[in-house]
Amino acid sequence: MKLINEKKPAFPWFGMDIGGTLVKLVYFEPVDITAEEEQEEVENLKSIRRYLTSNVAYGKTGVRDVHLELRNLTMCGRTGNLHFIRFPTQAMPRFIQMGRDKNFSSLHTTLCATGGGAYKFENEFRMMADLELLKLDELDCLIRGLLFVDRVGFNGHPECYYFQNPSDTQSCVKKPCTLDNPFPMLLVNIGSGVSILAVYSENNYKRVTGTSLGGGTFLGLCCLLTGCETFEEALEMASKGDSTNVDKLVKDIYGGDYERFGLQGSAVASSFGHMMSKEKRDSISKEDLARATLVTITNNIGSIARMCAVNEKIERVVFVGNFLRINTVSTKLLAYAMDYWSKGQLRALFLEHEGYFGAVGALMELLKTTEDP
Amino acid sequence: MAECGRVDSNTSHTMDKSITLPPDEIFRNLENAKRFAIDIGGSLTKLAYYSTVQHKVAKVRSFDHTAKAAAGDKLYEISMQEEVTARLHFIKFENAYIETCLDFIKDHLVNTETKVIKATGGGAHKFKELIERKLGLKVDKEDEMTCLIKGCNFVLKNIPHEAFVYAKHADSEFRFQTTNPDIFPYLLVNIGSGVSIVKVESEDKFERIGGSSIGGGTFWGLGALLTKTKRFDELLQLASKGQHASVDMLVKDIYGGSYGYLGLTGDLIASSFGKSATADKDFSKEDMAKSLLHMISNDIGQLACLYAKLHNLSRVYFGGFFIRGHPVTMHTITYSINFFTKGEVQALFLRHEGYLGTIGAFLKGAEEDNPNQYSWGENYAGSSGLMSVSPDMNPMQRARSGTFPFDMLEMDRLERQLVNLPLLQDPSSYIPDTVDLTEDALAREYWLYCFEEALDGVVKRAVASQPDMPEAALRAEKFRQKYRHKLQTLRQQPFAYGSLTVRSLLDTREHCLNEFNFPDPYSKIKQRENDIALKYYQKAVKSLDELSWEEKQFALVQGVLAGNVFDWGAKAVSDVLESDPEFGFEEAKRQLEERPWLVDSYDQWLERLKGPPHKCALFFVDNSGVDIILGVMPFVRELLSRGTEVVLASNSGPALNDVTNGELQILTERIAAMDPVIEAGLREDRLLLVQSGSSSPCLDLSRLDKVLAMVVRERQTDLVIIEGMGRAIHTNYYAMLSCESLKMAVIKNSWLADRLGGKLFSVVFKYEVPAGKPNKDCGAFSPS
Repeated sequence: MKLINEKKPAFPWFGMDIGGTLVKLVYFEPVDITAEEEQEEVENLKSIRRYLTSNVAYGKTGVRDVHLELRNLTMCGRTGNLHFIRFPTQAMPRFIQMGRDKNFSSLHTTLCATGGGAYKFENEFRMMADLELLKLDELDCLIRGLLFVDRVGFNGHPECYYFQNPSDTQSCVKKPCTLDNPFPMLLVNIGSGVSILAVYSENNYKRVTGTSLGGGTFLGLCCLLTGCETFEEALEMASKGDSTNVDKLVKDIYGGDYERFGLQGSAVASSFGHMMSKEKRDSISKEDLARATLVTITNNIGSIARMCAVNEKIERVVFVGNFLRINTVSTKLLAYAMDYWSKGQLRALFLEHEGYFGAVGALMELLKTTEDP
Repeated sequence: MAECGRVDSNTSHTMDKSITLPPDEIFRNLENAKRFAIDIGGSLTKLAYYSTVQHKVAKVRSFDHTAKAAAGDKLYEISMQEEVTARLHFIKFENAYIETCLDFIKDHLVNTETKVIKATGGGAHKFKELIERKLGLKVDKEDEMTCLIKGCNFVLKNIPHEAFVYAKHADSEFRFQTTNPDIFPYLLVNIGSGVSIVKVESEDKFERIGGSSIGGGTFWGLGALLTKTKRFDELLQLASKGQHASVDMLVKDIYGGSYGYLGLTGDLIASSFGKSATADKDFSKEDMAKSLLHMISNDIGQLACLYAKLHNLSRVYFGGFFIRGHPVTMHTITYSINFFTKGEVQALFLRHEGYLGTIGAFLKGAEEDNPNQYSWGENYAGSSGLMSVSPDMNPMQRARSGTFPFDMLEMDRLERQLVNLPLLQDPSSYIPDTVDLTEDALAREYWLYCFEEALDGVVKRAVASQPDMPEAALRAEKFRQKYRHKLQTLRQQPFAYGSLTVRSLLDTREHCLNEFNFPDPYSKIKQRENDIALKYYQKAVKSLDELSWEEKQFALVQGVLAGNVFDWGAKAVSDVLESDPEFGFEEAKRQLEERPWLVDSYDQWLERLKGPPHKCALFFVDNSGVDIILGVMPFVRELLSRGTEVVLASNSGPALNDVTNGELQILTERIAAMDPVIEAGLREDRLLLVQSGSSSPCLDLSRLDKVLAMVVRERQTDLVIIEGMGRAIHTNYYAMLSCESLKMAVIKNSWLADRLGGKLFSVVFKYEVPAGKPNKDCGAFSPS
């Protein structure tokens, strides 16, 4: 027992994914701490645990997604709760500063990090906080984390869901499902940019392509077009807008369907096409612009994903990434686009922990030596 | 997610409707015009019509010599006749001019048969009423995409160097593609306000396989919102000055460097506009426009690649107003395609992309005339060329240049249908021209200078060829201006008509001469030279027959080469020739370089002649006079005597002093009357005179008369002889044939001689046997 314990990494257990826009942090809070352990536990460690678990917001921009917490999870022989925390990548210097102030390096833990920031901030961690990062590939982590969370489930419920009747706004409903036999799947990770992977097994996958039109583009354009400052604000506006005031539809050009090519009149012919006209530019609302931006980016991702799925001969398309957080406009649109353009051949699947799989994967790397699911 | 609809016209400027056009230069040949078609886009109108052009041609007619006319009489007479040929006119102008143009057409339209005008384009419905009222023609609307594809097929098939690859940083930005008769299947990515991706499988079979709503309208609309800049081309200008890295989140912004594991370099865009998600910072218009341009170009490129891969297509053409001759967008699209396919697929663009819709609409209306059964050729005299002072140019530039914003394309219907020589080893890689002057700046400089220098002489000769016509001098002057202007254009834009070559410079000159009714400035000279040379034929043959077999073979080759020295470009020899042709001919032989020649595979040729005779030789001949009569004919005579059939291929129409098919018919008859070998050859159908389909001093083996190709195939031709600088050095020097070939020429230009490592009158005698056949050897040189 003691031997195994020795193999276990020292607490605290963190996994971190430093993306272009957001840092995703998962923290395993052990709930099976023995009295002996409690006594041995250094003050430092206690204070970290208390700080993280008793707050839902950290500083001005850090947030704990309480609703995503995985409770009573067994990892590496320990039982605990997995917490999901995010803050903007811009706040990384402050985070590293905090690591130094709290003397994190004295805990002798390994900090497993993935995402581009693991490389970008490696030196600062070392110089500022005397911390060595264990850098991990973001796609490896993403897949490993995703498969793990899907396997353990979401506190007794399935992690995965899809939309029933995606082509009908009235009867379109979210339905839970399981990824029982997940391979092959096309995995579309929408962060600041987009990566598309064909996954054949946990260790066998390839990056098919990617696009720079992602969540960062949505937010960046919205900020420029509407003066908004946050993703939440942008989504809020988008939910109230009407993109058909901005986009030119097939029927705006042909008066109806373009039958020669089987295009519906309601299909978008030209994103932002109406904005070529000065009168229309002068009369448009910010909400309409935000909606059009969201629809444009989402449709484009859907279109590329669909082409990749056809090229790779994969029918299951799983969308993840923080772009989909609180973003039912996009999830429903993706579900519709996959279904409509493939004539029902493709199914879009989504996961509740959208953007956290990389961080979970990084944590699992920490526990890898003794991990025994 | 369609495109197709062009942009609404909110950009057309108000212009003075009473503006006077220089009509003769724009709507040419309207008197005979019929079959109109019009394509009205968001800002540009493209008009098409079919017309006939009446121009003079020189015809030769044999005198009746059986009447035993007095000695010294001319061999044949030359007469100028009027000939009517068909021509297609395409004109592009800004929508603002549409009313003025319609009025002009109405006033000049004589043909009353015309009842309808085919129309396409997003603006067609908007101007329908105006067109019907002004012209009294019924507007008949055609599907836009169908027209586009039809037009695309037509230009790909009929215009050499129509398609090009764009390489911004290469020596020449435009790399033109050789015409491949097999144009299908291909992918057309039309980037209008949205994007349509169409797979074209045959003349009538095409399918829209995909598209995207992120297109030119997105660039324009979103760009206008972001930068408060209204015009499309102003947005492009902004973009060309910006730095996208201040707006885009790059891989290195996330990773601090490259993402080595996936091979993504640090400069790659990870998230378009990823850095603008902040309220604290202002971004420059230029930078935002640039970022937007990259975002849209990359996105379209990526989708195009996905579709190309899915349908296994490697030829992808891009068009639509987003592309239309804009170097900025051609560059970003090319970059994107290279990135996503790792160079496997090349982005192709079209010189006449803006005309596809109207060409297609026209063809729809002309189906009963079956225009696809003819071959057509771009008329360099009447066409503006790529990036001319066209309406696509931005108004500021145009105002400075002070020219009318009209762009024209004219295509002549060729009398013959043109096809590949069946003996080309690989038609898809055949390039007629030896030097591409678009890429070779030094050579370009020299030849442009050379043609400019020669212009005075050409003008003089043109005037002299029409002594009975007092206005000839005036016309010749107009010709001078036109051709000089073309040369100036080509100095600025060498790529205007595809790859610039000596051939295209010569052809442009012929087109300009024809334009001003100088169909054959050399007709009289050729006539005189033929007359004189013919008198020495028998004597020449007799002296050859006195030689030993081996001496004779050499003398025959020498004769062809010496005859080829006689060219009216070389003034020194022409004087001698006129006074004493026999002496001149012997003198020319002495002038020839001693063996070994610059390129010399004579020994191999002689060895070959000791073997079995060839089945059939195809001989592309060059000049009139001494060349054909004293040089080529004895050579032909020897081939016939050996038991080889001979097909003499000569030009269909005149070019310089080259012998035309019409002239050759008469000459050969005359010779047959003196020479039983030639007579028997003709009688037994072992000597054939066939026209090449060309009217150029050079030779494009991929555009030859269909009849010639048929004869070549039927006769199982196993030897091709190409004679003269124009056909064997400027063109076809590197042409690979699937049978034995012999290229013979004397280099009569010291600059070219110098370049090839020889001197004036150096000899090229290149006998080649294709790999895998016996007797493999050939003289080869590489131009240094």
